[in-house]
Amino acid sequence: MSLELKNIEKKVGIDTHIHPTSLKLEKNTINVLLGSTLAGKTTLMQIMAGLDKPTSGEIWFDGKNVTGMKVQKRNCSMVYQQFINYPNYTVYENIASPLIITGVKNDEIKQRVGKVAELLKLSEMLNKKPDELSGGQQQRTALARALVKDSDLILLDEPLANLDFKLREELREELPKLFEDRDCIVVYATTEPSDALMIGGNTATLLEGKVIQYGKTLEVYNKPENLISAKVFSDPPMNIAEIIKSGENCKFTDNNVQWKSSVKIKDGTYKIGIRPHNITTYKEGNNSVEINGKVQISELSGSESLIHFTNGNLNWVSLSNGTQQKNVGEDTKLYMNTDEFLYFDQNNRLVNNG
Amino acid sequence: MNKTINQKAWYFVIPVFVLVAFNAAIPLMTVVNYSFQETFGNNVFAWEGTRWFKQILLSERFHASLGRQFAFTFIILLIQIPLGIAIALTMPKKGWGVPVCLILMSMPLLIPWNVVGAMWNIFALPDIGFLGHTLNSVGFDYNFTQQPGDAWFTTILMDVWHWTSLVVLLSYAGLNSIQPAYYQAAEIDGASRWATFRYIELPKMKKVLTLAILLRFMDSFMIYTEPFVLTGGGPGNTTAFLSIDLVKMALGQFDLGPAAAMSLIYFFIVLLVCWIFYNLMMKNEAKS
Repeated sequence: MSLELKNIEKKVGIDTHIHPTSLKLEKNTINVLLGSTLAGKTTLMQIMAGLDKPTSGEIWFDGKNVTGMKVQKRNCSMVYQQFINYPNYTVYENIASPLIITGVKNDEIKQRVGKVAELLKLSEMLNKKPDELSGGQQQRTALARALVKDSDLILLDEPLANLDFKLREELREELPKLFEDRDCIVVYATTEPSDALMIGGNTATLLEGKVIQYGKTLEVYNKPENLISAKVFSDPPMNIAEIIKSGENCKFTDNNVQWKSSVKIKDGTYKIGIRPHNITTYKEGNNSVEINGKVQISELSGSESLIHFTNGNLNWVSLSNGTQQKNVGEDTKLYMNTDEFLYFDQNNRLVNNG
Repeated sequence: MNKTINQKAWYFVIPVFVLVAFNAAIPLMTVVNYSFQETFGNNVFAWEGTRWFKQILLSERFHASLGRQFAFTFIILLIQIPLGIAIALTMPKKGWGVPVCLILMSMPLLIPWNVVGAMWNIFALPDIGFLGHTLNSVGFDYNFTQQPGDAWFTTILMDVWHWTSLVVLLSYAGLNSIQPAYYQAAEIDGASRWATFRYIELPKMKKVLTLAILLRFMDSFMIYTEPFVLTGGGPGNTTAFLSIDLVKMALGQFDLGPAAAMSLIYFFIVLLVCWIFYNLMMKNEAKS
């Protein structure tokens, strides 16, 4: 069982929402679609579900061409960013609704709903209406409805985006476990790189209606094929600067920071991508290099400190562990872990990928 | 902390008091005044206590017009609410059809009441009116000025024509506020069109529909101009709704005392029904 998109394209009027895209999703996998808003995640999912038709291209499911087949005839379920439940059904009826429609026997419905409700910690609220639940519980109900059906394809469209931080963390941890022993393909759309890392599985990075890279999540993260993929998969945004390499010596074009690199690439100018957590207020790794900066913004986020600083003409973002107090305008020293640098050539392709 | 006390702000409320006094309190109190007294010429009054109220509440004439009023309101609600929802459901949701439909729908609402009455009067005249003449020429014995049934039919048709749009516009707004994801979710579940309406659209429209029912109840319960121009309450008294009967009594017969008592009773009925309705609505809100 697999879901395969063959050269899918979606145009609305003169706008292209999805550029020709091919993607093959395998059975028993969780696949993250990662991209900012308007990257085409939702459109892609709606095409996968059959809620929307591609302008051209084919969709194959389980070896059969299902292009243009109505959503009712496919066995899929979807969870949305908004908490979509039937307003005057109880939680039980909401979860049971897909089963009732397909004519499953009452005893079986009872048993299956009970099982899913327990899994999603909803057993206590089966008799309540969605309005009486918290946002997290409403979304759990929607998830339960998607799970109870034993779908071949489960689509989750930013399911955690409308939840507050704590609930999001909680549900994000549970999600991968929910799908562990299911015979289905899960697709999970999100704008947040941290979601993708947490969920694991495979990740496709998207930008402006194009799939930039698809592969194992950690591979996509550690070895982005190109600069765009790296940018999409980095939050806070990745630092990018131009460097000159001659022999082992590397140096930024805009300042005098130098380091030695064992990366086997030709001499010349390259672009370099540095994730914010590889610039820190303390030394990390054996090959760190010092950089001077003037603090622009210094903020705490949880147990991490985000420091924006300038060096010459360049703006940098750094992310350090712990609470690092810096004053705005202060001159400070930071350290870059050169082992983690990503080198891109003039065509934005990653060159130190092996 | 000591607060500085400054009561001057009260002065700002004075204009509102004056305004409300003139447009509500004083006229209402005049009516109250009339309702407890016998009025003679030259500002001579005699105290009558609750006599007029008893007289009205026991009068068959009042019972009859109240009955007609409830029947009329009930019938038009029964027609306009489902019809309005049905039209709203069939209206386009995007494209050039939206403004066209919205403008077409708002047209009847923009026409003054007496014009609507006059229009329908001429439209329905059996000899020269398009509707009346057509009905007669295809074999219906239709004459709204002489047959009570026809008079009712025409009055109801006129009100439906004039006011269904309001229900349509409110329902349309309610429908448009439903996120597309709900429809998609229903589609994925394989829900039928009816189930989608019953379990998604209707519950989501509940608020605007209660508003529509409340507005249509109040308006139709107080209807005056249109039936007055169309039928004048006739034939006989068969379309004399509460307000028409009231004006007849007050200005036709100049029975100021009973008319004042009747208008107060009328006022309290409207208030009472709205209050009950509002409370039921709020109770449902609180529950969910």
